[in-house]
Amino acid sequence: MRRIRKWGPGLLLVSPSLIALGVFVYGFIGWNVRVSFTSWRGLAPKYDNVGFANYRALAHDPRFALDVKHILVFTGVFVGGSLVVGFLLALLLERGVKGENLFRTVFLLPMAISFIATAIIWRWLLDNSGNHDTGLNRLLDLIGLDFARSDWHKTASVWAIAAIALPAGWALSGYIMALFLAGLRSVPDDLREAARVDGANEPRVFWHVVRPMLWPVVMSAVVILAHISLKTFDLLYAIDGKNINVDVPALYMWFTTFDGGFYARGATIATLLLLGVGLVIVPYIWYTVRSERHR
Amino acid sequence: MSAPTTTAPPVVAGPVTAGRTAIRSRWAPYLTTFRYLALFGLMLFFLMPVYALVITAFKHPAEVSVSRMWELPASLSFASFAAVWPKLQDGFLNSMMLAIPAALISSMLGAMNGFVLSKWRFPGADAVFPLILFGMFIPYQAILIPMTQTMTSAGLRGGLDGLILVHIIYGLPITTLIFRSYFVGISDEIIEAAQVDGAGMLRTFAFVALPIALPAFAVAMIWQFTSAWNDFLFGAVLTNRNYWPITITLNNIAGGQSVPFNEAMASALLACIPTVLVYILLGRFFMRGLMAGALKG
Repeated sequence: MRRIRKWGPGLLLVSPSLIALGVFVYGFIGWNVRVSFTSWRGLAPKYDNVGFANYRALAHDPRFALDVKHILVFTGVFVGGSLVVGFLLALLLERGVKGENLFRTVFLLPMAISFIATAIIWRWLLDNSGNHDTGLNRLLDLIGLDFARSDWHKTASVWAIAAIALPAGWALSGYIMALFLAGLRSVPDDLREAARVDGANEPRVFWHVVRPMLWPVVMSAVVILAHISLKTFDLLYAIDGKNINVDVPALYMWFTTFDGGFYARGATIATLLLLGVGLVIVPYIWYTVRSERHR
Repeated sequence: MSAPTTTAPPVVAGPVTAGRTAIRSRWAPYLTTFRYLALFGLMLFFLMPVYALVITAFKHPAEVSVSRMWELPASLSFASFAAVWPKLQDGFLNSMMLAIPAALISSMLGAMNGFVLSKWRFPGADAVFPLILFGMFIPYQAILIPMTQTMTSAGLRGGLDGLILVHIIYGLPITTLIFRSYFVGISDEIIEAAQVDGAGMLRTFAFVALPIALPAFAVAMIWQFTSAWNDFLFGAVLTNRNYWPITITLNNIAGGQSVPFNEAMASALLACIPTVLVYILLGRFFMRGLMAGALKG
């Protein structure tokens, strides 16, 4: 009784939040999974049970197959690109350069801009319509790199969506830079110093001292980018949402549910999307919480 | 997740440079030049869309042409802004009216949760925390159908109230995380001293913990304001046209094919102003929010 009096008020204080999250996260996820086992179509909810019929249908749905291909291409290009650019930026800034604050501010600025505004800017930069080159193609002409001009996301191939990694990477590379910068700077100086005293040159210091300590940062960066990539919605919607070449599961779910009224199919896509994200994020949370406890 | 103070980049101190001079080879000056050149080049790439956005928005409508899009305007013109603001202002106000309360309330609740989960733990608190965290990573598509159904039956669909509520709830994981990380870094003795003085939990929270957590409050507020301002998905399903947030209005104005570029860019620029301003003025707190978002205290 005495113990309950001690921790009881704390539990009481957090219980509204816990209940709200319990309902809005776990309750709704369960409900959504339930919908994925129904034949609900149209505005009136219908809670029958068709088993895995919706999942089987998706497995044979050419649009969904295409979406999966797209999301894999996009994730590969976007995660890889942002990782490389973010790491490069951090490496360039690590030892302190004049005007570091200015550089950092510029590289992180896109994080403050909504995906919708980002999309509005980039859909113009990536535009390929009209008789004259515009946007990025025009810029490439101007600086004599016209061989690099492209139809970007209007290309008729599975790689069209790779062009969207450009705005997405523009938006998020700065974030990755910040993660790497914090990681690089948390390597104790005396460790590097000791290696230098032992006669190691800078590349060797990096490879043998800094690199092994960066793996947790790389892991965080990959997980963060991969889950953002799987969830990407606004950016694609506003750049060219109706273009089948940049269609992804998140967009398919949206259009089929809210335009088409195929609630059951939408719920099925959403469940699969959640599984994909969960596969990346659950081990990450588990690892983070566990390593905190061991500290 | 350690104390939030560790995220501040350590100052590159003298000894480091001193130590390096011994090994600094003949390549060093070239390396420095290369580093600045690379940084400058990358900065140009990052500023390229911003440049296009700003110069186009300030061009006189008659001056806007596809072939000259990268050229500076002959003179500054506010005509594009004047043309789009009447269409944009309702969305702008709606977003203000939803983002500020959403950020305030979510941060306040997050402060209480973070405090309890780090300093006034109940049995099972450690098991509950990862379950809370999971909520900030889920794809919202996975809760969208039940959420719209619930909000419809609760009569909270259409206006701003429902949207605010949803932003508060889905903001709880990150705000809880921000405050929990902050309080973990604060020594238990301060809390225990208050208890010895006979203060109960609420008093300890309100008079001891909360006043020292102001930096965490800034981080949480900024994060929540930015995500509520930039949200599109929730606004799209929960509001009707009178209550559309700025992102929806922006997408409707600037998303069409027939919209002149100068008007599209002027709208995008106006829609960015609040979050960019917050970022420029309070960048340090913005950074910490980002770190928290990656579970890096």
